[in-house]
Amino acid sequence: MSTPPAGTFVPPSRFAVPGRIAVSNRSAARWQTATLTEIRRETPQAATFRFAVPRWEGHLPGQHLMLRLTAGDGYTAQRHYSIASAPDDEGHIELTLDHVDGGEVSGWFHTRARPGDEVQVRGPLSGFFAWPGDRPALLIGAGSGVVPLMSMVRHHRARGLDVPLRLLVSARGPEELIYAREYGAETTPVFTRSAPRGVPVGRLAGDHLAPLLAGAPAGGWEAYVCGSNGFAEHASRLLVRAGQPVERIRIERFG
Amino acid sequence: MNVTRGFTGRPRVHNPGLPPGQYDAGDDWPVLSAEVTPDLAPADWSFRVDGLVAAPRTWDWDEAHALPESAYEGDIHCVTSWSKFGVRFGGVSLDAFLEAVRPDPAATHAVAYSHTGYTTNLPLADLTGGRAWIAWEYDGKPLAAEHGGPARLLVPHLYFWKSAKWVAGLRLLDHDEPGFWEQNGYHARGNPWEEQRYSGD
Ligand SMILES: Cc1cc2nc3c(=O)[nH]c(=O)nc-3n(C[C@H](O)[C@H](O)[C@H](O)COP(=O)(O)OP(=O)(O)OC[C@H]3O[C@@H](n4cnc5c(N)ncnc54)[C@H](O)[C@@H]3O)c2cc1C
Repeated sequence: MSTPPAGTFVPPSRFAVPGRIAVSNRSAARWQTATLTEIRRETPQAATFRFAVPRWEGHLPGQHLMLRLTAGDGYTAQRHYSIASAPDDEGHIELTLDHVDGGEVSGWFHTRARPGDEVQVRGPLSGFFAWPGDRPALLIGAGSGVVPLMSMVRHHRARGLDVPLRLLVSARGPEELIYAREYGAETTPVFTRSAPRGVPVGRLAGDHLAPLLAGAPAGGWEAYVCGSNGFAEHASRLLVRAGQPVERIRIERFG
Repeated sequence: MNVTRGFTGRPRVHNPGLPPGQYDAGDDWPVLSAEVTPDLAPADWSFRVDGLVAAPRTWDWDEAHALPESAYEGDIHCVTSWSKFGVRFGGVSLDAFLEAVRPDPAATHAVAYSHTGYTTNLPLADLTGGRAWIAWEYDGKPLAAEHGGPARLLVPHLYFWKSAKWVAGLRLLDHDEPGFWEQNGYHARGNPWEEQRYSGD
């Protein structure tokens, strides 16, 4: 947990207070080799890539890393990816990548990568979106935005935590819902284009949030929103309208 | 060099304007703020400069617009790897604000802060000499809220997290004091040409 050092300038208003965790500068600065050990298909568009990273110093659910691919002529491409796995997965981390149309890095993963391949990673990065498992958490994600939130859900399960946790996950349809088999009672899927019989179709709306905010645990929720910028804007504005304080909303935008 | 098997990257032309590790985002302008986009009307916006200055001062929207106009035309670079070429911002040079408050010679750094409470630190030398702006126009139109409108700080020679959106003020200090991302592991200065991404780079 980091609180600003004494004497630090504090602006007249603050968001996302208090701070979450300090990041290890050493591990954030160092590139290391990650070896692909397994590929699991999640949906037609998304797959999970499991890596052995022997010197990984651990992460908190919600953190991301930077990944780098290097071409034969020295050209490199680097992108950020959220960590999908729970922290307790010794020496291994998992990423879940959407196959972006024409995407340079996700394209390589989805069409070329196979177990045994090596890539470079550095991290974990950013303590801001991290959730150590200490406060009631309301998680809202869309598409691959569910990845860092799933790390939180898995952590919650693996440790048997009893701090309240709820997940709202938006997908176009059931076949595009990443991690569908893993969700339990904590999760409400929202389908925007097609849904199983009896399940309504439509965008995430105030009606989805109202019961969760009305039934908030004592002290309220810490809200974590993740997805495309369009989704993040929509969901965070809905939260504010539903009464969630702005300084208790953390947003991770994938761009 | 750790060559990735089967990775060639997309066809590329060498672009001397692209700092190492960056790609050209073309027409895209990704949004990467950690907070909720505030509903901030120009009438509710103000900009204050205080700390180690002789005459602290706050400007409202009209007072800031009465200062001499100054535009930036050039490139911007985000730490998340995208760069954007040939962008045009309109606003006022930060020099105009700083001249009015008369910085104390002891001032070496500044913390810029936003109406949302976001903070970021900068050496004063990076904010003077025509290298920083308060910007309220993008491509001749009012700056969109999600990009920091009604007004943001613009320090285009550093990674873009230094260009605080919804800027509310600058406090001048005689020491460097990490801001929001800098406390979260990012580099104190953030020069894209030296790839100063994370603390320790
Ligand atoms: C903090 C953070 C966490 C993230 N976590 C995840 C995650 O868990 N899972 C996930 O899937 N994504 C995640 N992302 C998004 C990820 O970083 C990449 O942006 C995404 O994988 C696309 O990268 P790419 O190289 O495949 O596509 P890019 O090559 O970057 O292309 C993106 C789009 O731009 C177009 N494009 C860009 N440049 C060119 C060019 N020169 N010529 C032609 N077309 C171009 C492409 O056609 C494509 O439509 C995260 C992003 C952030 C910031």
